[in-house]
Order: sequence, then structure tokens, then C-alpha cells
Amino acid sequence: MADTAAAAQAGSGDTRRDFLYLAAGAMGAVGAGAVVWPLIASMNPSAEVLALASTEVDLGPVVEGQRITVTWRGNPVFIDHRTADQISEAEAVALDDLPDAETDEARVQKTEWLVVIGVCTHLGCVPLGQKTGQNRGEFGGWFCPCHGSHYDTSGRIRKGPAPLNLPVPPYEFTTDTTIVIG
Amino acid sequence: MRKGLIFGFAALAAVSTGALFNTNSAKAAGEAIALPQLEWSFEGMFGTYDRASLQRGLQVYREVCSGCHSLDYIAFRNLADLGYSEDEIKAMAAEVSVVDGPNDEGEMFEREGRPSDYFPAPFPNPQAAAFANGGAIPPDLSLMAKARADGPNYLHALMIGYVDPPADFELAEGSNYNAYFPGHQIAMAAPLFEDAVEYADGTPATVDQMATDLAHFFMWTAEPKLEERKGMGIKVLIFLLVFCGVLYAAKRKVWADVH
Amino acid sequence: MSGFQSNNAVIKWVEHRMPIFSFLDHSVGSGYPSPRNLSYLWNFGSLAGITLVIMILTGILLAMQYTAHVDYAFESVERIMRDVNYGWLIRYIHMNGGSFFFIVVYIHIFRGLYYGSYKAPRELLWMLGVVILLLMMATAFMGYVLPWGQMSFWGAKVITNLFSAVPIFGEQIVVWLWGGFTVDNPTLNRFFALHYLMPFIIVGVVILHIWALHRFGSNNPIGIDTKGPQDSIPFHPYYTVKDAFGLGVFLLVLAAVVFYAPNYMGHPDNYIPANPLSTPAHIVPEWYFLPFYAILRSIPDKLMGVIAMFGSIAILFVLPWLDRSPVRSGRFRPLFRLFFVLFMVDAVVLGYAGSQPAEGAWLRIAQVATAYYFIHFLVILPLLSVFETPKPLPTSISEPVLKGGGGSMAGAPAKPMEKA
Repeated sequence: MADTAAAAQAGSGDTRRDFLYLAAGAMGAVGAGAVVWPLIASMNPSAEVLALASTEVDLGPVVEGQRITVTWRGNPVFIDHRTADQISEAEAVALDDLPDAETDEARVQKTEWLVVIGVCTHLGCVPLGQKTGQNRGEFGGWFCPCHGSHYDTSGRIRKGPAPLNLPVPPYEFTTDTTIVIG
Repeated sequence: MRKGLIFGFAALAAVSTGALFNTNSAKAAGEAIALPQLEWSFEGMFGTYDRASLQRGLQVYREVCSGCHSLDYIAFRNLADLGYSEDEIKAMAAEVSVVDGPNDEGEMFEREGRPSDYFPAPFPNPQAAAFANGGAIPPDLSLMAKARADGPNYLHALMIGYVDPPADFELAEGSNYNAYFPGHQIAMAAPLFEDAVEYADGTPATVDQMATDLAHFFMWTAEPKLEERKGMGIKVLIFLLVFCGVLYAAKRKVWADVH
Repeated sequence: MSGFQSNNAVIKWVEHRMPIFSFLDHSVGSGYPSPRNLSYLWNFGSLAGITLVIMILTGILLAMQYTAHVDYAFESVERIMRDVNYGWLIRYIHMNGGSFFFIVVYIHIFRGLYYGSYKAPRELLWMLGVVILLLMMATAFMGYVLPWGQMSFWGAKVITNLFSAVPIFGEQIVVWLWGGFTVDNPTLNRFFALHYLMPFIIVGVVILHIWALHRFGSNNPIGIDTKGPQDSIPFHPYYTVKDAFGLGVFLLVLAAVVFYAPNYMGHPDNYIPANPLSTPAHIVPEWYFLPFYAILRSIPDKLMGVIAMFGSIAILFVLPWLDRSPVRSGRFRPLFRLFFVLFMVDAVVLGYAGSQPAEGAWLRIAQVATAYYFIHFLVILPLLSVFETPKPLPTSISEPVLKGGGGSMAGAPAKPMEKA
């Protein structure tokens, strides 16, 4: 039917009509895109969620060898007051042995304090090892029970399906024993 | 065809103006008192807030109103809209103490305010507010400019409306006369007087000036996205106008052989 | 049937297994012949459909941010307005979109009333439309409760209390509706659930409405049936492009309100959080309910008022049997035309009366207008169908084009469209 209608038009009219169709279609597409963007963007984190992005932690009561878990942006953050053994173990590892090569030095601000986000980089489970008696895996760090990823005392992936080390959140020492995460 | 068209637009006009007329009169029914109409910079298609006025309004709120009235929906971080820098906002937030917790020992504790904190309320709950104010709860002011008909003008009028009552006016115990308050008896005593604040920018703090700045500020607290809305509106309207033109041309072209 | 052809291999593959392309072609494509003389008033049907889609899309996104709890509802709406990315835009579109939905649908209804679109064989199509109107009203009412402002709360309270007029079981029904002893958290929760559900029921009824429409096709401004190919043109591209232009104009008006007067059709009191202990001095429903509100208040008896209000819509269901005139279009019915204008004025008067306090002159006027509303349907229309002498009808849709069209149009019907 559309063809019948088109056939009724004169030749020069066709070009003009095609141009109008094209212009209308293009503007429609641009308009639809411009409308879709705010709709999609509305599902991104909102302003008040982004603003609540810092957690203050008092490290004073955390004795050597103790690990604590705090919450930052809804995720667990592991804070490990490492022993001298654990530190030297982490520093001694050859970079070639690491799937995600990173020195221990690059992952800490003060060597005795390791701060990492406690979310397995495989599929998001929380690894074991925070509480005494829990399985810490073959490398003395953390062990993810979901799919068997082993992390070392620097929170680096050593064995298992996880591709990356436990990420280090942005934080700073505001005093010798206080950090602000985020 | 043409007749139907005219009829159509007539019907559209009749129904829609009827509808709008209705809501208008419904709004008008509540306020019989004519308010002084000010010119606000945020009115009109290109309206924007006057940053200096907003900052002065904030100062009056903080120094005068905040003793009794909360501003629940405004966080310190929002003050960036008023033109304050991040450091200034941090400093302002740090002036207030915020109850946080519970901490590891299960206790609530007080700490310095942060930009993400909301303005602290003067009373912990409505009962305390009512008790401290002779039974009248000072309302939250965040949305006041939208919660009253002709909000900004009303708020300005209310602030300057504390005048001597007419001789035959009987004022109830504990009320104050206000020329623009519905019923003229308001529980709130006149909050502003000449030089109630000393403006940081040196503007003379007359009652009218403070009332204007406050109303301006409360329009922002009620409608913080006004500038974004109006700025986007222009672009959308221009786009749609052109789009309509193209569609109309396409329609004419397609229908050329029918008409 | 079936003029649909395509050379595209994928389309052919799908079409063979599920003939969706020919279905679309017959629904809104070139395979759907429509009367050639539809005016712009016929745009409002598809416009209503598109508005429904806009409402559902923005509504789903708002639902993702909204909290249906009396302690958080108001606050969550303010969070949408302040903190959610473009939340203010989505909410203002949804809020004003509701009003525009009613503007579009009311014009659509008045068009049907004037051109006799409810008459045989389109009675069922009309009745499905009335069902849609009822569902829309219920949906709009519950949606207005969700922000949990003063008008939300007191509107909910007053409207749910309508059911207390039911004899004997009234009280139980209202308590059941509330899930408590007043409008409270259970009420808000169920209203949210239903407000989310009902648009999809509306979509279902809209599909039935369109199904019924396609049985006999659109009515037209002349109100006589299409007699052959010379009377019709394919829906696509003629009416698709016309609808697209109409949509553009509609969006222009909607955008002007959303961006420059978003609270114009709202009520300031709804920016005050709901307070179950204090009723606003003057409560009014949203503008689109005002005529019905006026009917409710104009009758001094509680039960009769409620019956009259629901009756004012229920009467539309039997309209096809009240107006027995064989002529559809008001163009050829001089007396009907006069009374139709009076009826439109009556509806506007009712709306205005509904916005005024129910006392004094406006109450009187509302009572007269209410009486006239029912007299129009129950007395005037039946009498007109007996006593009115309609003007002579043209023999076909293309005939008046030939006769009155003048030079430029004379050639048009010479090229008959081939029927798909």
C-alpha cells in the first residue's frame, strides 16, 4: 500500500518526502535517546548515597594478630593488625608467583595495618578468616568458601578462580590509631 | 475536515482551561488576603537563584529561624548550590554536633558534623517541640515555599506582616497579630527586627530585606532543582518545536494526494 | 485479507511461524483501511495509549525509589525530588502525566459523544472505554495517595468513606478497605500494590478496546460507514504520520507544563506531610474528579449522593440504548448539537462547582447542574431520538468531498485506493 501511495507521487516529491521521513526519523531517534538517558541514569547511585562514603575506624583497641570487620558503602572491610611473621611472609613472596602481581608495600600505608575490601573478586562472596578458628586458606590470609579462592596475608589472590587481589579502599590515617575509609 | 478541526481545538481549549481555571480557583479559595507581589529572579523561563540572596537567607535561617524550625531535607552538602566551596561547607558542618552511633560499646555518641549530615532539628520530636512552644509545633521549613499558595510572596508577606492589630480586633491569649496569616492570629511572635543579623556581605539588614532573602532561600530549599529544570526545559521545548515542524511537513507531504 | 508481503528473509522466517508482521500490518499498518476523513479529534485515542505507556515507564522507575510506609513515603518522594538522578524530572512527568492522561481521555470521550461513536455496532467498544475510564479513576486516586501529603491522606479518607454509605455492611467494608480503623500504613501499602497493578489491567482492557475497534474500524466525523475503497485510506502512512504530529504537539504542551509549571495542577497542601489529626481547611480532589465530586456533594443524602456519583459514570454504559437516533454524527443533528454544547457547559460548571466550598450559591448551582446531567442522558437524548429531524446524510464519505470541496480536491477520489 505504501508503494501505491509512493507511486502516485511525482519524482521530485519523492526526494522531499524521503528527506522529511529521514529528518523525522532521525529526530525521533535522538529524542528517544535523550529521554531514555535520564530514565537509565535514575537507577545510578543517588546523591545521598554517594555522599555517605566515609567510615571512621578507631584502631586503638585492635591488638596485634587481631582482625576486625567494618562496613564501608555497605560492604565489609577487613582490617588486619598483622604480626611481624605475617608481614615478612607477605613481603617475601616473589612477584612471579602472583596471578595479580602487586608488592605488599604497594598495598599498605603502615606495614602492620592491612586494609582491604572483604569481597572475593571472583563472584562477590565474603571470604573466611576474620574470626579465630576459621579456615584462612593455604596462604594464611583468607579463604573464600564459595569457589575456593585462597588469599595471602596481603590479601592477594594465590590460588583458585578469583582473578584479582582483594582491593584496597581509599583511606587515610587521621591520627596514629584512627583511619577514615573513603 | 476544517470544521472538525476548529471544533476539536475549541473542545480542547474549553476542557483544559476549564480544568486549570478550577484548580486555580481552588487555590484562591484559601487566601482571601492579597499578598504584596515581589519580583523574584527565579521566576520566568530563564529564572535562576540569586546566590547572594540565598546566602543571606541561609544566614538569617541559621541565626534566627533555626532555634525553633527544622530544615529536615537540607544537608550541608546541598549548600554547594549556594556557591559555597567544599571547605566552607565542611567548616559549617563542623559547627554542629551530630548524634551518631551506636559505637562498639553500644553507646550513642556526639561527633562533629560532616557535609553528608542533614541540618540538625531544634527539637528531638514533635512532642518536645509542642511543649517548648506552648502547644504549637513550629513546622519544618524545607518545603514551605511549595506548601503555601504563592509561597515565596506569602513567606515574605508573613515576615513583614507583624503590624498593630485594628482597634476592634480581639487577639487570643498567646497569639500575635499578622496581617497576612489566614485568620490573622499566629502563634509565632515576630521573628525579625531591624538588624537582627549582621549580613556578612554588608547589606543593610532591614526587616524587608531579611524577609525577601529568607523567602528566596526557602524557595531554594523547596525546589533545589529549579535551575536544572528550567535550563533543560528550554532545550526540550526548542527540540520539540523543530520536531513538530518536521512532522507537520511530513504529514502535509504524505497527505498531499488525499486533500 | 493479507496484503502483507516482505522480501526480507528474517521477516519471512518469523512471519511463517508467527504471523506477527501481518498482524501489525492489519492493526496499525498499511493493511488497516481507515476512513479518509478523520479529523484531529481522532488523534486522542492513540495519544491516550502513548500517555499510558509514558505513565507506566515513569511509574516503574519511581517505584524503584519509593517507600510505601507511612513514616518514609513523604520522605522518599522528597529524596526522589532532590537526590535521585533526574528524579525530579521523572516525578514531575508522572505527576502531570496523570492530569494530561485525563485531559486526553476526556477529549476522546467528548469526541465519541458528539460523533455518536457509541452507537451500533460499536456499543461494546464504547463500554470497554467506560471500563478503562473507571480503572483510570481508581488508579489515579490511589496514586495520589502515595506521596502521603495532607491531600493524599484526606482524599483517601474521604473517598474510602464513600463506601460507608452502603447499607448494613458499610462500616465493615470501610474497615476492610483500610485494614485498620483509619487510613494508615496497611492502606498505603495496598494502595501502592494496586496502583502498580492496575495500569497493567488497563493495558489489558485497552487491547480489548482496540480489538473491538478493529472489528468495524473507526467511526468518522460524518458518522456513516465506509462504502468502499474510495472512502478509506491505509492507516500507514496516513494516520501514523498524523498521529506522530499530534504526539509532537502533545509532548510540547506536556513539556511546557512539566518544565515551567509543574505544580500548577497540584495542590500546595500536598507538600505538607500527612497529619491524621488535622484536616486542611478546604479539601478538594484533583481537578479531573471535580465534576463527580460536585455531584456527590449536591445531594444531601449520603447514600443517594454516592449512588448519584457512581451513577453519573454508570449511565455511560447504557448510553447506546438511551440515544436511539439512527444518525451517529452530531453534524447532522441540529438539536442534539445544541444540547451537546449545553452538556459540555454543564460538565464545566459541575467541575467549577466541585472546586468551591459546598455552600450557598455554588451548592445550588451544582444541584441544578447535577439534575441537568442526568436529564441530558435520561430525558433529552431519548426524546431527541424520537422527535428530532436530522439533516439529510451524504451517501458516502467521499461524496461531500466531491460536492463541497472545490477545485483543488476534485481530482482526489479519482484515484481509488486499492483495498488491501
